[in-house]
Amino acid sequence: MADAPTAGSDQGSVDAFLQGGTSLRHAPGPYFGAYGGRWMPESLIAALDELEDTFEKAKADPEFTAQIADLNKNYSGRPSLLTEAKRFAEHAGGVRIFLKREDLNHTGSHKINNVLGQALLAKRMGKTRVIAETGAGQHGVASATAAALLGLECVVYMGAEDCRRQALNVARMELLGATVIPVTNGSQTLKDAINEALRDWVANVGNTHYLLGTAAGAHPFPALVRYFHEVIGEEARAQILEQAGRLPDAVCACIGGGSNAIGIFHGFLDDPSVKIYGFEAGGDGVETGRHAATITLGRPGVLHGARSYLMQDDDGQTIESHSISAGLDYPGVGPEHSYLADIGRVSYEPITDSEAMEAFRLLCRTEGIIPAIESSHALAGAIKVGQRLASEAGPAGASDKIVIVNLSGRGDKDVATAAEWFDLLDQDSAEAAIGKEGEQL
Amino acid sequence: MTTAPNTSKSAIAIDKARAEGRAALIGYLPAGYPSVEETIAAGIALARNGADLIEVGIPYSDPVMDGPVIQAATTEALAKGFHVRQVFDVVAGITSQTDAAVLVMTYWNPVVRMGVDEFSRRLAEAGGAGLITPDLIPDEAAEWMDASEKYGLDRVFLVAPSSTPERMRRTVEASRGFVYAVSIMGVTGARSAVSDAATGVVAAAKAAGAERVCVGLGVSTAEQVAEIAAYADGVIVGSALVAAVRDGGVDAVAQLTKDLSTGLARK
Repeated sequence: MADAPTAGSDQGSVDAFLQGGTSLRHAPGPYFGAYGGRWMPESLIAALDELEDTFEKAKADPEFTAQIADLNKNYSGRPSLLTEAKRFAEHAGGVRIFLKREDLNHTGSHKINNVLGQALLAKRMGKTRVIAETGAGQHGVASATAAALLGLECVVYMGAEDCRRQALNVARMELLGATVIPVTNGSQTLKDAINEALRDWVANVGNTHYLLGTAAGAHPFPALVRYFHEVIGEEARAQILEQAGRLPDAVCACIGGGSNAIGIFHGFLDDPSVKIYGFEAGGDGVETGRHAATITLGRPGVLHGARSYLMQDDDGQTIESHSISAGLDYPGVGPEHSYLADIGRVSYEPITDSEAMEAFRLLCRTEGIIPAIESSHALAGAIKVGQRLASEAGPAGASDKIVIVNLSGRGDKDVATAAEWFDLLDQDSAEAAIGKEGEQL
Repeated sequence: MTTAPNTSKSAIAIDKARAEGRAALIGYLPAGYPSVEETIAAGIALARNGADLIEVGIPYSDPVMDGPVIQAATTEALAKGFHVRQVFDVVAGITSQTDAAVLVMTYWNPVVRMGVDEFSRRLAEAGGAGLITPDLIPDEAAEWMDASEKYGLDRVFLVAPSSTPERMRRTVEASRGFVYAVSIMGVTGARSAVSDAATGVVAAAKAAGAERVCVGLGVSTAEQVAEIAAYADGVIVGSALVAAVRDGGVDAVAQLTKDLSTGLARK
């Protein structure tokens, strides 16, 4: 096992892929190159085996795939639109930019794709209770939604600090019938919420499914979560062929754990002409140490069940991540992304809080769409990619270039943060206090 | 299970207890809590008052198998600046003063970070017996299998009530020294009753070929020790000892160890 970053070590794989010899789609796990696996307590291995077995059978069962298709269409509102953002694109070198509108899904983000799929798997396993971790609350709200729809008990673990900052999301989960348990140990953030959910799972695995929110964790979670999000990339690929008549030059997504990104990337992994970019949270700037740029600066390690890039110190202790975006504020990343980084198929770059917030404001003002701050990292990255493509193509060719951005979620949840960032509030107003202190009821 | 008793320090310690007509007592202490010096002193007190094996835990940022008592202790040790390399000072400090077999219990990432071979070499140099690995299963342990063979260290994997017969066989086969039977589906911490599941796990591990099976999780009293000593080769006590360190320091550890060891004799 390599102990240092191993960029380029699997160059053979990407060469074979580029020569048409290997498909990068539908990677089954447990390993993605040197990443993935099951670094988990023995107590949970039987449950992971059961989940893997149930998942494999469900995929092959037309009744299950029909159920998913029906929920996607009639509950989530899929297919989500692919919207051309012409006024926004003027700021990206004049290339054409298309937004994959996951923000228009029920509950306001891509998260619904995964929770519906996993909740159905929980039912197939005869489990009556689901547990979930959440950072800002998006995955918690989505999990509570799926549990309400399918009649499952739902318990959500959330860092105590996040509960305070996102009190309205706690209320949303409770309205949907979930129990929210504030996590007060460790750093009281998303990673500690995952730790606490794992402790619950070990003790209650008989009747409980752990509804993990991102394409990370122990096998089969990375491949399973990706499977339910593949619809994003499949739709986007068909839509761009329909609307623009050809494949895009580039696809951009934001990366925390990486579930929205792997979902849209998957549709284009085997198209060598399509460049793929993942944008990590650069926080205050990667040079400050206050960031969540796991692939950019992390080193391989094991956390939460998988070997992957990891923000860790010289002792192997996990380092706390920092980002204005709670959804990207995680010191790990899904193992398939680590592999795609090493073989050079996907480029991962950091976007600072400032860059993301500028892109946030720009999309609001040019397109009338308020994006999630998470997705704003992808938008900021797309501006850079667009400008690069334009400078390569020259003034005449820029308008022929096409970039797809996965707009993974809507920004209604982020209005207080944004208002504070842009200093839009009277300093004496109640809203100003909310911006500083987080949402309060 | 590789058992060669002349090389496995854990096996020697357990077999010695067995020859005395009792189960072995295994006590857990988190390194650096409340300080490296006090961990060494507490470890020596454990060994001198009836413990045959000692588990020294490495404080880790994400201890998913630990309950509140151990979490609080390891979080405090980290906050005070504990470094992973200091675990070798703790091991050497105890092994230089006692005959106890001293194992390190660690989540896997700190070992990965140091390098599995380097970690193993330093552990062997410090006189350590081997590693207990709560989040490493044999499926992922190729590197550790090699390093443990190279340095003569024990590999203590866990088996659980949920382990299938096939996994039980595979884990027993990969283990060296003893097999750690998790008594209950849950995390560390004292419980009022030891789960009935424990007898089943031990029986299944023995049926899979294990020569030495020790039971842990939830054990805190001499009565529980006696109950487990009736069917297992060793009894593992963790959170209760950590609470003793917290509330009464080294003297309380000595007293609790004496008390626990009264339950070891086979009736």
